[in-house]
Amino acid sequence: MLIVGVILAAFIETEKLTKCYGTVKAVQDLDMRVRKGEIFGFLGPNGAGKTTTIRIMTTLTKPTSGCVQINGFDVVKEADKVKKVIGVVQQHLSLDRDLTVKENLEFRARIHHLSAAERKKRITELLEYVELTECADRMIHTLSGGMQKRAAIACSLLHQPQVLFLDEPTVGLDAQGRRRLWDLVRRLNMDGTTIFLTTHYIEEAEALCHRVGIIHHGRLIALDTPLALREKLGLVAVEANVNNKETHYKYFADRASATRYVQSLPATAGTVIIRDSNLEDVFVELTGEKVGGA
Amino acid sequence: MPRFLNDVYSVFWVDLRNLRHHWRSTLATSLVQPLLYLVAFGYGLGGGISLEGVSYLAFVIPGIVALTAFSASFNGAASKLQVDRFFYKSFDELLMSPVSIYSIIIGKALIGVLRGFISSSAILLVGIALSPKLAISPWLLLVLLSSCFVFALFGVLATLVINSHQGMSTFSNVVLLPMTFLSGTFFSLTQIPEVAKALLYALPLTHSSSILRALALDAPFPWLSFFILLSFGAAFFIGCVLALKRASV
Repeated sequence: MLIVGVILAAFIETEKLTKCYGTVKAVQDLDMRVRKGEIFGFLGPNGAGKTTTIRIMTTLTKPTSGCVQINGFDVVKEADKVKKVIGVVQQHLSLDRDLTVKENLEFRARIHHLSAAERKKRITELLEYVELTECADRMIHTLSGGMQKRAAIACSLLHQPQVLFLDEPTVGLDAQGRRRLWDLVRRLNMDGTTIFLTTHYIEEAEALCHRVGIIHHGRLIALDTPLALREKLGLVAVEANVNNKETHYKYFADRASATRYVQSLPATAGTVIIRDSNLEDVFVELTGEKVGGA
Repeated sequence: MPRFLNDVYSVFWVDLRNLRHHWRSTLATSLVQPLLYLVAFGYGLGGGISLEGVSYLAFVIPGIVALTAFSASFNGAASKLQVDRFFYKSFDELLMSPVSIYSIIIGKALIGVLRGFISSSAILLVGIALSPKLAISPWLLLVLLSSCFVFALFGVLATLVINSHQGMSTFSNVVLLPMTFLSGTFFSLTQIPEVAKALLYALPLTHSSSILRALALDAPFPWLSFFILLSFGAAFFIGCVLALKRASV
């Protein structure tokens, strides 16, 4: 699939963004641009600095140094203007689980200053958009994980944000719930919302994102389209298991060169697999670690 | 100003909704303890004793009303805010919204004020039934309401400053529990040593209970205590503002 339209203007821009907690540097010298209209994936293992970055971008945490601009507004100095253009779905959902879906929506609409008429209209629209109209009067804690996520997304869209932050949107969802959520994210993006999502699921980044930034120990170590990142490494991977002990990985530009390499291996090489490379390979080669951690 | 009040109401609205779903258990929780105090101290211990020229029951009721206002307001504001901050994390949504921190603080205190006022008024009604000599005046209700506000703000402040459930429970046992018993709620502060007195007068509940007692027993209005109580409220509010400003660092 090709990226729709020409979408190059920077919508989120970070400059030397750094956040320290005591002596721990959670984010270090982060320089990054997210374009208007794209789905940007922020990929990295747990503890890499993804959530800290999102918290700074969404005005919840102040950076130690450096800055972030969203739509031209500084997140610290012009937080009020930033709050109007951002929507956030946190990993922990941040819904009031003792209230109904509709009450949660009503609350969020109120604190974003929607008039009574606007509230009614937007809530009806959004319940339909996230396919929860039938569940409007159910308590949040009675919903499935996927439904709760969709409810949280509906809550974050009430004030029509231009960019939606999704922190690990599919953690804990089953396969069906995950695909349904991906569809929703794509639909939102097609309707014009820029998406910034963090994930430690490789397949999620590959399935959804136009561009991916890889963060490791608080530093941005790569940023490009998933295809370009794989191209730099080699589109074809060869996994050779030596004496059933250790698996060695090698990467090649095409299948022909991969096949030539396999033929040149000694007979003791054991199981050999030729496959397409993926973002996981990119990540491991760049960091020496797996994305999902040990 | 209308925007400010509107925002305060929006913040309060969600807690009201919550209360609507759970009002029975909430009310029961905040009434059991003071009713037990009333029975145990008023009747059990205090039968036949008189203090400062009145029966111990008449003496202790205003103290228990103050104590109820204190614990129900403090816990009413703190418990919901704790859940919002640590468990649901829905408090973050308020911080990311255009609502000002001043509206957030007042709005979050209001649920405590409501719960404290309902519980302490209920105890007051029981108290009047038991000891008809107690005088109820608009002033008494006003002081009760102000006390609830001050204590609810205290609850908001504690939750903003203390960053864990464990911390809150330690605070509650080490600071709040002694405060409820020692702040002149159950005994007269005229009998205790000067040093202890000075310490106890540094607690907001001491002033609340002494004003309520003065009003209920028709004694002269202790203006100084009223002024100190309000100063506590202002200090708690400023504390909340600073805590919220610091929270995002």
